[in-house]
Amino acid sequence: MSKRKTDKVTGVETTGHNWDGIEELNNPLPRWWLWTLYLTIIWAIGYTIAYPAWPMISGATSGVMGWSTRANVAADIAAHENTNADLVAQLVASDMPALPEDPDLNRYAIARGGAVFRANCSQCHGSGAAGAKGYPNLLDDDWLWGGDVEQIMTTVRHGIRNTIDDDALYSEMPAFEDILEPAEIDAVVEHVVSLSSTEFDAALAEQGAVVYADNCSSCHGDAGLGMRDLGAPNLADAIWLYGGDRDTLRITVEKARFGVMPPWGPRLKEADIRAVSAYVHSLGGGE
Amino acid sequence: MTSQTNQPLYAARTPIFPRRVNGFFRRFKWWIMAVTLGIYYLTPWLRWDRGVSLPDQAVLIDLANRRFYFLWIEIWPHEFYFVAGLLIMAGLGLFLFTSALGRVWCGYTCPQTVWTDLFLLVERWIEGDRNARLRLHKATWDVRKWRLRLTKWAVWLMIAVATGGAWVFYFTDAPTLLRDLLSFDSHPAAYITIAILTATTFIFGGFLREQVCIYMCPWPRIQAAMMDPDTITVAYRDWRGEPRGKGNVKNRKAAEAQKAVAEAQAAGAGVARYAGTPYPGKEAQPATPPKLDIANEHGDCIDCMACVNVCPMGIDIRNGQQMECITCALCIDACDDVMARIGKPRGLIDYLALSDEPAERAGAAPKPLWRHILRPRTILYTVMWLLVGVGLLYALFIRSDIELTVSPVRNPTFVVLSDGDVRNIYDVRLRNKAGEERVFRLSLSSDALMRIALEGSDNLNVAVPADTTVLQRVYVTARAGDPAASADSTALRLWVEDVTAQIRASKATTFNGRGAQ
Ligand code: SF4
Ligand code: SF4
Repeated sequence: MSKRKTDKVTGVETTGHNWDGIEELNNPLPRWWLWTLYLTIIWAIGYTIAYPAWPMISGATSGVMGWSTRANVAADIAAHENTNADLVAQLVASDMPALPEDPDLNRYAIARGGAVFRANCSQCHGSGAAGAKGYPNLLDDDWLWGGDVEQIMTTVRHGIRNTIDDDALYSEMPAFEDILEPAEIDAVVEHVVSLSSTEFDAALAEQGAVVYADNCSSCHGDAGLGMRDLGAPNLADAIWLYGGDRDTLRITVEKARFGVMPPWGPRLKEADIRAVSAYVHSLGGGE
Repeated sequence: MTSQTNQPLYAARTPIFPRRVNGFFRRFKWWIMAVTLGIYYLTPWLRWDRGVSLPDQAVLIDLANRRFYFLWIEIWPHEFYFVAGLLIMAGLGLFLFTSALGRVWCGYTCPQTVWTDLFLLVERWIEGDRNARLRLHKATWDVRKWRLRLTKWAVWLMIAVATGGAWVFYFTDAPTLLRDLLSFDSHPAAYITIAILTATTFIFGGFLREQVCIYMCPWPRIQAAMMDPDTITVAYRDWRGEPRGKGNVKNRKAAEAQKAVAEAQAAGAGVARYAGTPYPGKEAQPATPPKLDIANEHGDCIDCMACVNVCPMGIDIRNGQQMECITCALCIDACDDVMARIGKPRGLIDYLALSDEPAERAGAAPKPLWRHILRPRTILYTVMWLLVGVGLLYALFIRSDIELTVSPVRNPTFVVLSDGDVRNIYDVRLRNKAGEERVFRLSLSSDALMRIALEGSDNLNVAVPADTTVLQRVYVTARAGDPAASADSTALRLWVEDVTAQIRASKATTFNGRGAQ
């Protein structure tokens, strides 16, 4: 054992470590620091026993406290449902057209409906409800089957042209490629273009008007304003579900369109159907 | 090879038994303690009339509703920059004071110092001063020791509970909370907070004390970056005190000192030297020449250890500047006392700038105080501090009682209506910071022709209840064929106007048309 050395300037013992003449002073850490370390180790062991921690082959140890984030979330949701139980009951019993007269209930319905929409409807209609080609834009003021809140609710509940719900809104446009001659199709397309545009071939459209009157007007109306009972679109406005150019129109006439929406009645709660209808109605196009 | 010595990695805490001290700085510290503790304990009890719907508390951090009330100022979450600004000012202020006056924060106002001082006061009151406490520390655990220790801990615990208890009052209406706390139906969070703060106060103030300053607090290590030789800090005038020793026989010294003073005054020179800086209540003592060179090789320090015994950090300031020193100046008081008794001028240990050493050694006058304090670095900190402060004040005074934020809905950017009109949607948040409900009227201004409409409403009025934010969807429509309908984007400004109070506010935004198609 060599003798301990002491640094002259500070009076502190050195560790004996020496690098090119620079010596390391021995300034030991406080002992409570060490205890703190031991305490954290003991705490950590207790923690892994109390809470889920150790990964096993399937899942992890569950801990003796029975703590689970999934159960917590379920409890939180239940608690929310519970606090809102009043509002939910009111919503289910409410007269939907009169909903905006009760601002609190209306705010709740729209907030809840927004969540329902993002979870269930946004896949087709887009998260902003602007739709896409073939999927109606719910923000505008054009409605195939009607845009008052009752009608929206019916559409949500039963869906469109599906085979699941007997009350689904249903209609079918015939494919005219087997019924009309190609020239007649060209003419009727030109007529449809003329309904909403100022640039068209007047002579051809004149011919098309005859074809239209014979084949199309029973559903789309003489003036092309559509018919909501049949979900027949208005051909005279600026909105096209599949596109308003001649090529797209020709395909529509030849092959027809058959957009399907599932019924949400079996999948959503009554309160959710009402809420999402209120939400869609509030988006800017509600009638 | 290094030598194999058996050295400990961890050291047990050496207990410190600071002696009682009297003097200017000690009295000053008592005052600061009284004021800071007073502020801490009493602030939540200040009342301020905020109308019916709000708690009448002058300083309130309302976490649940995300509001911060400070007297007449009310901070909303989006105005959190006020709090950030105040924190920046606090930081810059700390830089400024540290660079000018060393660790004054540590020595006088840091909670750790204030509460440690308070705990020490209790300790001294129950167990006696340094020597008595030392004896008690070494004594066996008999009835008397247990009695004194338990009494001390009980009083500490009471202070600790009061400390933790006062904190929670800042977060909710104090009288209500006090009643709930006493009847045990407060929120568990309140009890848990009190328990944690009680534990930390009790342990940090009672048992860890200087360990917190040395090992837990990062500030001692940071403050070195703010200090330089011009910083005024607590130091020992070793050129006057060394070599220290007990050879200074009190009476002889005193006589010689008086004689020397008389001579010096008669000569009219070197008077300022070693006078030490007089403080209010502390008389400037007669100056003496540097060395009483009469058959005596000793300096002024008589190695009485008074400065070491009073130090709450347990260090010897005569060893020079040390990280542990919190510049609490208790050693100055202690040594001044000793100097007075042996008939020497005060200031052997003193607040001084290290850069003055050569001048003092040579017998010249030190730089005046303002020359130490006013230097580029402190001026820069002051300017920065003022800039932030003035900016915050300005922001405070231009705040309006009504506010709106406009977020254009960009999913989708525009909607074409059946008649070809193009519509944009905006989510407008209307904030009413007044204590009563207000009706806001919305309008728009733009070079283009556009219509405005509100979702769910036939008119353009929105009622906003007191102290709330209302989210309103706003539709702006441009006619088909109008340039705004086909342009990529058109400038637009949305206005709100308080119908009765005639206050207006506005936000600029843009209108998206169909673009070039
Ligand atoms: S109190 Fe003053 S005289 Fe006594 S040891 Fe400290 S510096 Fe020297
Ligand atoms: S040496 Fe000790 S007593 Fe003196 S100022 Fe520093 S911390 Fe205070």
